[in-house]
Amino acid sequence: MSGVRVLVGTRKGAFILSSDGKRQNWEVSGPHFAGWEMYHLKGSPADPNRIYASQTSGWFGQIIQRSDDGGKTWHQPGTPAGQPALPGPPKSWSNKFAYDSSAETGKPLTTHQWYDGTQHPWEFKRVWHLEPSLTDADTVYAGVEDAALFRSTDGGQNWKELPGLRGHGTGPNWQPGAGGMCLHTIILDPSNPKRIFIAISAAGAFRTDDGGETWKPINRGLRSQYIPNPTAEVGHCVHHIASNPKRPNVLFMQKHWDVMRSNDAGDNWTEVSGNLPTDFGFVIDVHAHEPETIYVVPIKSDSEHYVHDGKLRVFRSRSGGNDWEPLSKGLPQKDCYVNVLRDAMAVDTLDKCGVYFGTTGGQVYCSPDAGDSWNPIVRDLPAVLSIEVQTLA
Amino acid sequence: MIRVILPFHLRNLAHVGNEITLEIEGPITQRSVLDALESRYPMLRGAIRDHDTLQRRAFLRFFACEEDLSHEAPDAPLPEAVASGKEPFIVIGAIAGG
Repeated sequence: MSGVRVLVGTRKGAFILSSDGKRQNWEVSGPHFAGWEMYHLKGSPADPNRIYASQTSGWFGQIIQRSDDGGKTWHQPGTPAGQPALPGPPKSWSNKFAYDSSAETGKPLTTHQWYDGTQHPWEFKRVWHLEPSLTDADTVYAGVEDAALFRSTDGGQNWKELPGLRGHGTGPNWQPGAGGMCLHTIILDPSNPKRIFIAISAAGAFRTDDGGETWKPINRGLRSQYIPNPTAEVGHCVHHIASNPKRPNVLFMQKHWDVMRSNDAGDNWTEVSGNLPTDFGFVIDVHAHEPETIYVVPIKSDSEHYVHDGKLRVFRSRSGGNDWEPLSKGLPQKDCYVNVLRDAMAVDTLDKCGVYFGTTGGQVYCSPDAGDSWNPIVRDLPAVLSIEVQTLA
Repeated sequence: MIRVILPFHLRNLAHVGNEITLEIEGPITQRSVLDALESRYPMLRGAIRDHDTLQRRAFLRFFACEEDLSHEAPDAPLPEAVASGKEPFIVIGAIAGG
């Protein structure tokens, strides 16, 4: 029987929520990595039992964890738990993310813009997002802060930067958003293995068409009042991008302000905020079977990071934007002041499509009917940083 | 025999209990203790010291014999009580709420 596994990253550990295809009764596992910030967990499309997780701490730095049994047990790639320790050099560096400054790949480490407008050196802080390959369980991409893209081809044991992104020329104009200068979105094009989309706050969206060797900004049509030239090539605070795998050239973006849409793989963007009560927000996602049905959670403003009017509402458009309807059945409609962070919404591929999101108040909600109604799976987790869903056969 | 005490989260990472014992040949220094610790528990590499520079992570300190040894030279001998196993070498995280 089909089922779903919801992977939840929180400020104080990871949780795994499991249910059958009805999505009514849930089993909760966790906390895994109790007390650590779990920025993101994601399962491999090629092997659902393979899950990667980003475990991070201001004290102890970045750790990469991997499960090969669907989240029952975990280990740091290359250093399995319980394995006798061997003297000598390590077999792997699973938590080493070193920016590429080698002569071979060309570019000395650049600087980027700091909050005060001065230039600042690139400094690795953490992994925000892990994106496993669509076809190979041992290949996985990592989006990191300070913004760069890394790839592992050995199951997370070793990581190598794809330096063409950071070094392509506009890096000195990138700047951190309030959460840091993070590469938070990675979309692999299922129809073209050479094409990858990424997004950085606050630099914008970028695309490669050659497997990560070269990159170009894809921000035409974005308008951001917080940069000197509101239509500049880079500098935009893109919060998240989503697409339907069946139509990968159509992208939807929740920018700092503005909900945007592109029909040409990011070459041009148009605003589709329409009748939203506010177009500030973080998450955006697309229905698994209806590529014109999209979801956002409007947040009051960039100075007030909570939902509008004290009501937790998901807004759905069935027309690819502009016309939005509030979805509130089962969600709190008074005295609610939570946020929904950029990686904290996901959809399953069951029929009907399930939609999930997590809040900074520690609730994880599920809609088993594409947003028509919502039920809390859990109410009292630590603040939710990320949500991913695996649809299991 | 050198005794080492790690903070909670590093104990969990290394799957060890409250105290670790290490056998080290040669001078007993911060560097030799941490080298031996990371060699035996490679999952700790990068979590106490930077991979490349081997600089102590900013929010960690090294205590022993009721003294803060964090700013001692990495190759300076540790106190005799640590070298003899009478006192532990303590890796401790900065206190912070949240």
